[in-house]
Amino acid sequence: MRSLRILCPNGHLGFAPLRVESFRTGVDAHPDYLAADSGSDDVGPVPLGTDTSTSPLGWQTHDLEQMLLASRALGVPMIIGSAGDTGANSRVDLFVRIIQELAAKHGLAKFRLGYFYSEVDKDDLRRRMRAGEVVAGLEGHGTLTESELDATERIVAMAGVHPFMRLLEQGADVIIGGRSSDSCVFAAPAMHHGFPEDQAYYLGKVLECASFCAEPYGGKESVMGKITHDAVEVTAMHPTQRCTVASVAGHAMYERSNPFFEHVAGGTLDMSECVYEQVAEKTTRITGAQFRPAAEFRVKLEGAGRIGERFVGMVGIRDPYTIAHVDDVIGWARDKVRERFGDAGYELYYTVYGRDGIMGELEPLRDRPAHELCILVQGVAPTAAMAEEVCMIGTRQMFYARLPDVKGSAGSVAFALDEVLRASPAFRWTLNHTLRCDDPLELFPTHMTSAGV
Amino acid sequence: MKTQKLSELAKTIRSKNAGVDLITFDIIFRERAVYERVKRARVLTRETVCALYRIPPARIADFVEFDPGNAIKFTIYRLRPSGSPGDPDIFGAQQYAPLLDVDVPVA
Repeated sequence: MRSLRILCPNGHLGFAPLRVESFRTGVDAHPDYLAADSGSDDVGPVPLGTDTSTSPLGWQTHDLEQMLLASRALGVPMIIGSAGDTGANSRVDLFVRIIQELAAKHGLAKFRLGYFYSEVDKDDLRRRMRAGEVVAGLEGHGTLTESELDATERIVAMAGVHPFMRLLEQGADVIIGGRSSDSCVFAAPAMHHGFPEDQAYYLGKVLECASFCAEPYGGKESVMGKITHDAVEVTAMHPTQRCTVASVAGHAMYERSNPFFEHVAGGTLDMSECVYEQVAEKTTRITGAQFRPAAEFRVKLEGAGRIGERFVGMVGIRDPYTIAHVDDVIGWARDKVRERFGDAGYELYYTVYGRDGIMGELEPLRDRPAHELCILVQGVAPTAAMAEEVCMIGTRQMFYARLPDVKGSAGSVAFALDEVLRASPAFRWTLNHTLRCDDPLELFPTHMTSAGV
Repeated sequence: MKTQKLSELAKTIRSKNAGVDLITFDIIFRERAVYERVKRARVLTRETVCALYRIPPARIADFVEFDPGNAIKFTIYRLRPSGSPGDPDIFGAQQYAPLLDVDVPVA
């Protein structure tokens, strides 16, 4: 095989629907694979912690239906990574079920449906730690401790190409992956067909976010990647988008701390010697990527830990004197919460929009508040009843704050809603770590079933 | 000295999560000459970024001049991971605004 082409319609399947027109253009060009990643840790720790998706079922189904019908009509495989935002086991099961239901609904001819899981059992990880395995922290995290493991609700491991390749070897027509590195969803089929790692991982890198590697800016449009033994080419499918040297090189920077290196299970893609060339109106060719296998096989782990139940409240302030003393207003309300619940056992957050609500301590203009402020109050506590009361006191007592020279004496803040609202439970990322493995597949059990009639 | 705002010179100025503990900033230029001029002016360095965001040098995780992309890129550590309660910017997408008004001397 001299070249292989993969169509990617969406950089985060389910988060917003793929755009059908450019996808159809791509399908008409008869790619060898259809592939997309469906996960992100950008959505915060709540979906992993609560074992839910942040993407609506309707949008997930829409994209899976578009891809499945095209895949079966063309007779080419379809690959999805990081099912349902988090890649947790329940999300893999959900996507497998959606595929089976779609196959039945459309009366598709029987096909092989492969899937793998990525969740890591807490007790298994604890045994490894007790046997001396160091679960090393990334990006400022310390080595994982047992108490931090105890505080963790759910853990997923980030798969590399290995479980995808195993399922391709077994003849899967459709693959639903647990948590996995975005680029590996595309690198795996390329490597399965014997293309070099250097090009394969770069192909994945450039395709993973679909049209984010094209210009002008416009998400959820399809792009086509083509791999040969010495180069990768990427082409925009939307009529007005182009993959240019600037857009492709620029995409190398996106969402990563260093534009030259991409770490995956088993090694690092080094893009520092990449050469970008415009070879057609909508196509850029990339050469010079190098994959450097790691000396030790380490897999990234993500974990979310529950802090508590959460309620939110919202208040507004218009009086300039009160605005100038907003910290005193907040201090008053905090004191009232403290009088009721003491100093610990709950969390209370104030986000002051109009001053530094978005940037917090990074805000250079925090001493120049606007003429009106909106303050978001978040109360977090072990039970819903307590979180509601923490938030209610922390919100309503702002109304009663006593400022010495205020002219208004009928209420210090404005309420659009005189209530507090239940929000998702509060979670935090507890694991951003790596674990050494003997076998690249040991954390990623693969399974094969079927769908269709 | 005559100056221009960075927002007049750059094609893209953006911020975004790079994983759960980092926020990365990209300043991308359309033309190589403009990129080189901004680089030479030393208005975007580890030191100027620390001053602008009022953070200690240890908060900078990476600082790269990315020639293939005509871009300057730096990355900072968050104080708490993204999406923790009270985090007002879960995606890190609105942290770039102070860069827009950075003054660049006209050559």
